[in-house]
Amino acid sequence: MNQGVGLVGLYVRDQEEALQFYVEKLGFRVHTDVKNGDYRWLTVQHPEQPSFQLGLYKPGPPVLDAKTAETVREIVAKGAMPPLVLEVDDCRVAYERMRGRGVEFTQEPVERYGSVDANFRDPSGNGWKMIEPRKVSS
Amino acid sequence: MAVASQDPDLLRRLLRAKDRMDAASHEEWPVERLAGVSRVSEAHFARSFKDAFGLPPHRYLLTRRIERAKAFLRDTDLSITDIAFQTGWKSLGTFGRTFRDVTGESPGDLRVREKATPHQLARVPGCYLSAAHRPDLNIAVSEKRRQEAGGIKRTSKKTEVP
Repeated sequence: MNQGVGLVGLYVRDQEEALQFYVEKLGFRVHTDVKNGDYRWLTVQHPEQPSFQLGLYKPGPPVLDAKTAETVREIVAKGAMPPLVLEVDDCRVAYERMRGRGVEFTQEPVERYGSVDANFRDPSGNGWKMIEPRKVSS
Repeated sequence: MAVASQDPDLLRRLLRAKDRMDAASHEEWPVERLAGVSRVSEAHFARSFKDAFGLPPHRYLLTRRIERAKAFLRDTDLSITDIAFQTGWKSLGTFGRTFRDVTGESPGDLRVREKATPHQLARVPGCYLSAAHRPDLNIAVSEKRRQEAGGIKRTSKKTEVP
């Protein structure tokens, strides 16, 4: 087996909205979508990264009590969760495509030290940096 | 002091105003413009923003402008006049005075000091770099001036990445 990180979860304000965002606007695929009463286990995957799942979770019971869940929702909405990085081959092309689909960019593509990056947020407030890594000449 | 919890939908819209200031800190951001981005009343905006992010919106904007000016001083050879106008000031005098009040040194002195110090900044993502160089402006500039004129020393004025 391959060892390593298999799943990282995000808190989102609405799983249906998040699913639509990550699948339709970012091009991820659904990996697992299982409902059990009010609870929904939902993970998505980048099409080129089958060994990694991104969990899209709604803060709430039974995992979090109501007050803690409220605090988490506030933290996410303030953009205070740690940033995420999406690597792409061509940041400017991806920016145009995603912007055309209605992704909320908070920074246009900028070149720094040979790499190009742009910032966007998901509907909940999670912040992503989209990076086209510096080309390493061989 | 604990701040009462805020509606996440409101917070998400306040974040949008903060993001917009981040993306274009050189632009003018009157309260009506920010309130429009957040879709709240002007009367409600400043208070809500401060509750959410810990400082009033215009002081936040000032920290971003100063941080950006510091980056230009460090990383470019733009003249200080150009930097003042590119970071949103209308007058070189106001820029110089505010910069000194916030950072404790003049733009020219900071440039000389930064240019004399070798950096390994290419390994740090730009957003972290800029956040690390953002002044911790936890009081109003006018209050800071008053305290310093009165000889009151404050500790932990700013943090710098090594």
